[in-house]
Formats: sequence, C-alpha cells, structure tokens
Amino acid sequence: MRSRATRRTVLKNAALAFAAGITAPYVRGAYAAGKLTLGCWDHWVPGANSALTKICNEWGEKNKVEVHIDYITSQGEKDKLTAAAEAQAGTGHDIMSHRDWNVQIHQRLLEPLDDVVGQLIKQYGPISPVAEYLAKIKGTWRGVPTAVGSQVKPCQSRFDLYQEHCGIDLRAMFPADESKYDKAKIDTWTWDVYLDSAQKLHKAGFPVGLPMGQTSDAVDWVGALFMSFGAVLIDEKDNIKVNSDETRTVLEYLKKLMAVNPPEVYAWDDAGNNRWIISGKGSGIMNPPSSWAVAKRDNPTVAEKLWTHAMPRGPKGRFVGQLPQFYGLWAFSKNKPAAKDLLLHMSQRESMQELVEASIGYDLPSFKSMYDFPTWKVVGPPVGTVYSYPPRGDEQTSIAAAPARAEVGAQIYNQAINTVMVSKFTQGNEKLDDVIKWAERELEGTLRV
Amino acid sequence: MADIVQSWLPGGLSETAKAPIRKRGLRRLMRRHSMIAFLMCLPLIAIVVGLIIYPAFYSIYLSMLNKAQTRFIGLSNFTYLLSRDVFWMVVRQSAIFALSAVLFKALIGLITAHLINNLPAKGQRKWRGMLLVPWVIPLALSSLGWWWLFDPTHSAFNWFLQLLGFEEIPWLSDPYWARFSVILVNVWYGAPFFLIMYLAALKSVPEQLYEAASIDGASAWQKFVHITLPMMQNIIAITVLFSLIVTFANFDIVQIMTAGGPRNMTHVFATYSFLLGIRSGDLPLGAATSLFMFPILAIAAVFILRGVRKRGREIG
Repeated sequence: MRSRATRRTVLKNAALAFAAGITAPYVRGAYAAGKLTLGCWDHWVPGANSALTKICNEWGEKNKVEVHIDYITSQGEKDKLTAAAEAQAGTGHDIMSHRDWNVQIHQRLLEPLDDVVGQLIKQYGPISPVAEYLAKIKGTWRGVPTAVGSQVKPCQSRFDLYQEHCGIDLRAMFPADESKYDKAKIDTWTWDVYLDSAQKLHKAGFPVGLPMGQTSDAVDWVGALFMSFGAVLIDEKDNIKVNSDETRTVLEYLKKLMAVNPPEVYAWDDAGNNRWIISGKGSGIMNPPSSWAVAKRDNPTVAEKLWTHAMPRGPKGRFVGQLPQFYGLWAFSKNKPAAKDLLLHMSQRESMQELVEASIGYDLPSFKSMYDFPTWKVVGPPVGTVYSYPPRGDEQTSIAAAPARAEVGAQIYNQAINTVMVSKFTQGNEKLDDVIKWAERELEGTLRV
Repeated sequence: MADIVQSWLPGGLSETAKAPIRKRGLRRLMRRHSMIAFLMCLPLIAIVVGLIIYPAFYSIYLSMLNKAQTRFIGLSNFTYLLSRDVFWMVVRQSAIFALSAVLFKALIGLITAHLINNLPAKGQRKWRGMLLVPWVIPLALSSLGWWWLFDPTHSAFNWFLQLLGFEEIPWLSDPYWARFSVILVNVWYGAPFFLIMYLAALKSVPEQLYEAASIDGASAWQKFVHITLPMMQNIIAITVLFSLIVTFANFDIVQIMTAGGPRNMTHVFATYSFLLGIRSGDLPLGAATSLFMFPILAIAAVFILRGVRKRGREIG
C-alpha cells in the first residue's frame, strides 16, 4: 500500500515538528538541563570520593543535570598531564581539579569565577591568603578553592618520645581545645627548641625525618622554615633576594638540623616521611594526618602516640606550608552557568563538612570559619590527635616561593630550587657562597617571560 | 559543458558502457602488489603520522613559542637552555647514562649470547625464555620492583648486606650511587634485547668457517676475533644504534626511581623535559629540552649507518 502525502498532511506535520522544537527545552526530562563532566583528584582516603560523588549527584538530580565524574590520580602527575592535554586540545571536562600552581599555569584557559568565590567570601568570611595568591590572578579568581585534597603540613610528632627524651609535653602545649591554648607555653616552641630536641631524639635513636628531595613535602616545610627566618628568594617586584643574611642564617641552621636526620631523606619522595613515622623508627615529621591514618591501620601502637601540632616559631613568625586545591572551569565548557552553580553547591559549609568527615580530617577548607568542624576534635586514637591540624593560634599559612609573582613562584616551587640549595650545602658540602650564586643564576632563569 | 566532457570520452561511450571499464580498472589497480602493500600498511602509516610525525613537528612549533604560548620567539628557548648550568648537567648525565648503559648491555648481551649458543639445543630454549623475562615485563612495573629493592629506608639489598656484616649503601640518596642504580636497572632491562639479536647473528655464521679455522689451528679467541666479530659487525652496529636511541630517551626508570634527584643529579633529557613542561607548566621549554636529543641521535645514526652501508658494499 502506498500512502500519499498531501499538501495538507505535510503542513500539519511541519507545524507539529516546529511546535515540538520550540517547546522541548521547557519540558523537564531527567537531564533537561544538560550534562556536566568533572575531572577530580582521586582521593587516597577510601570512601572520600564517594562523598564528593554523592554531593554532586544530589545537586544533579535536583537541577536535572547529568553529572559525570572521572577520578584522576595524582600518582605520576596524571592529573596534571590530563589538564595539560585538555588545555592543548581545547576540549575535555567542564570542571577540572587543579593542584597547587596549576591554576596559574592554565590561567588563560580558565573562566573567571569572581561571582562564585565572591559569594562564598560573603557567606564564610576571609579566605586563605595562600589560596588567594595561587588562584586570584590580576584581580580575577580563576579557581574555586576546595577542601578536597587541600592540606597544610604541620608537625606530626611522637608525644611519648618528646616527653621521654626532651621533656616536652606536646599535648599540654597544643591541647585539643583552642580556648585552652596557653600563649606563654606555645611561644617556647621555636626552631631553636626544635633543633635541640631533634639532636636529643637522634641521640636516643629516634631521629626526626624531614624530607630533602625535590617533591612537595620537602619543598613545603623548607618554604615554611625560610619564611620563619625571613629568607626570601625573589620578592613581588622580581628582585632576586636570595643573597641575604637571612638566607645564610637559615642555611647554617639547616646544616645542623640535617645532620641529625637519617641520611636517606635526600632520596625521599612524599611517602618517605610517612613510612618513617609509621615504622616506629622516627619521632617526628611534617605532614598532613595521612600518615596517622595509615599508621592507625598498619601500626596502631604508633598511631596512638602521634600528635599533630603547630610548626616551630622563627624570628619572623610561625609559618606552616599550605597546598590548597581548586576547581577550575575551562573556558571551552559548554554548560558554564550549571557548572558555576555546582561549584557553589560543592563549596557550601554542609558539603565541606561532609567532605572533611569522609577524609577523616585530611581535607582542609580554605575558610578559617570552617575550622570548627567536629571531625578534628573527635577522631582518634588518641582523641584530639589532629585538632591542631588546621592552623590555629599564631600559625600562619604560607607557600614556598611566595612572595614572588605566582608565575615565577610556580617555576621556583616545581624545580625545588630551595631544597636543591639546601642539599647542595648540607649533603654536597658546597661552599655557602657558591650555593647562593647557583641559586641566583637559577632564580634569574625563572623570571623569563 | 556536457558536450565538452563528452568529447574527452573515446568514441563517445554511453554511461552504461563506462561502468564495467571503471570496475575493471579498479580491479586491476587492486590486483597490483604495490597497491595491496600500500593498503595493508595504511593503518601503520596513519599511526606513524598521527603519533610520531605530527607530534614531532608540533613539538618543534611549540618549542618556538613563549611560556604562555601566545608569541613566536624563534630559538630563544634553545639559547636560554644553553645558558643554564642544570641543562648542561642534564646533557652530561644523559650521555653518561646512555653510553655506559649501552656499553654494558652490549657486553653482557654478547657474553650471554655466546654462552647460550654453546649450550645443547635442547636446553637453549629454556635459557632463552628465562633470560628474556626482564625485557618482557612492563618497564614501569619492573622499575617499581627495583625501587623497592633500593628503597632509601627499607632497602632489601641493604638488609642483605647488613646480614653479611657489610655497611649499608645509600643506593638512591647519594647522587653517584643513584646514577649507578638507574644505569644498573637499564642494563638489566635492556641486555636481553642484545642477547636475542646477537644470538640470531651467531646462528647465521656459517659453521664451515669455524671448521676451516679449526683445521688451520685457530684458537677460540682467534675464531671470535677473526670470524664471529666481523660477521656480527652490522648487527652489533644496528643494535647499538637502536638501543642508544631508546636509552637516550628513557623516562620510566629515572622518573620512578629518583625523579631526577638528589640535587638534579640523575635527570636525563626526558625527565627534565617533563619537569619543565608538565610540572612547571612551561610546555615550550619542555619541548625544546626534548628536541635537544634529536641532533645528538641524528649524528650518531649517520655515523653508525654509514659504517653499516660501507660494510654492506664491501661484502656485496
């Protein structure tokens, strides 16, 4: 049978098709508002990824947006490789996790997010200066700071060994309640006292383990130490300042401190210090609570004696290395309004609290107003062990290479110029002046446009 | 217009008559060996163009851009690198790494190939299989295994050394021992390739030559120097060239075991390029670093291949 298409039926069908076409966007299907893809940092804490997925899916269902998350490991810098590939190709996820300096690196391809971050600052108050330094470029926010994977690297010490061999009661000095902090006691925790106790602990057969390789754990604690002594590599106006009395003082100090560290610290990667403390051989490291969490699983008797607390104070103050993570929205994303809304949702206090809880307190929001989450107070054993993980009291956050322009800082940090300098002096036994000259030449190279 | 087209057709064939000719032509074309060979190679050509030639040209282009990739700066990245101490250290280290690793791989390959060649045919296959294992395991995996053996704090080797009453060795924390360790792993991984190539070459040396030499009273050493080595010269040269290229461009071993440290003293071109390009976000400078390998390897290739051609002509 052949059907005949008359002029009347053609017109009728065309009218129906037109009507369907113009009304379709307003019909709310399961995913009527499109799709969003996220490339997120793969959390090392089991279950932490699920918390983020849950937060995103809840938002997706409510807003009729299909959310798809790819968790990308930072092992072997795979997350950075993926971001670099997407930036070169101009296509990929809508939202991408960016660790440390990656917002700087991809700034030209990242959507301004002033509206999102502005709203968060209005809601939660001042944001971490390190997050601002890394993600606010020429007055524009190019990334939203997140708690996921964000960390500081304070001291994590064996309180029993400090008590026994140095006579220092770390739990009394840094109790699990900020209102009980005694300024007079905390003021005694200085880099000089740290060196003295490190020497005693070395003598007792339990050295501290401070990495001096070229990865972030090493760069971060050395950066904080430099800050405490006022040693600057390059200032904000591109002046090379490494040749200073402060640098000489801090390097001389490090000569003494590194002598009481195990010799293998020069080869440690970011897991080296964790293994050191978990093994029970070490008395202290500078790290987020990841080492405590693994010790809890693998060596509970060590975990029970660990206490996270503030860094020592130097002549210019008390600094701790901070490494925030960000979410960036690629300029080539096709669903920017939805992405911004999701970013805002993910950054709400309730979401942050869920994330911190799922990571057993490892994730650290960039808003000080969120440091009162109960997780840090209640997790253990021992209860209160990570209470002082978020910077409290007079501890300030910092990042190695600051206050240099962030573009310059990215080069200094990633090429680990500070720790190579220290290694040349303390391990290679090169002359102090030669080391400083070498650093000057290297720093000069980081200033090229 | 139609008339003009018509005038080109011989004898003014109709459209229905043209179809079988076209079909026959296509069939004839497909029947040509060169055409079939080309079609069969096409996937490989596409892979080579897409994954080697295009990226190579793209990296040349990239190396001539500024850090933000917004401006053409000519050869500035290259001149900048030439003025850096660390870069020259990387050049020296790459040369030490590649030359010493290739030398030891060639030596070990030659010795083991001889040993296996002299085994009875029945046992040979077993040994060949076992000795090929390092080459068959994915390099990233075996490097990780080696890293555990050399682990700075809990090295299995050191545990064994201590058990025997010796001092611990700072395998990865001392820069010179670290260089030794990465070279050792490269030799362990690459020697089986030399072994298999040399074994194949040894098998192709005519037995009559050795018999004639034996009748003339030649010693084993004389047979090796005057028969085996000359007969193997070309395969040695090609194997060395191939291994030199692969070793020079090695990334996995150094990245996994030392990541270039301590004090940048184990960086090779590939790891330094990764540090500058991916970790520090200066892709053009990273591309320029990796391109420095090209002229060095090109010169080596020209010399080695010229020798191979010369010997080929002499034999011919």
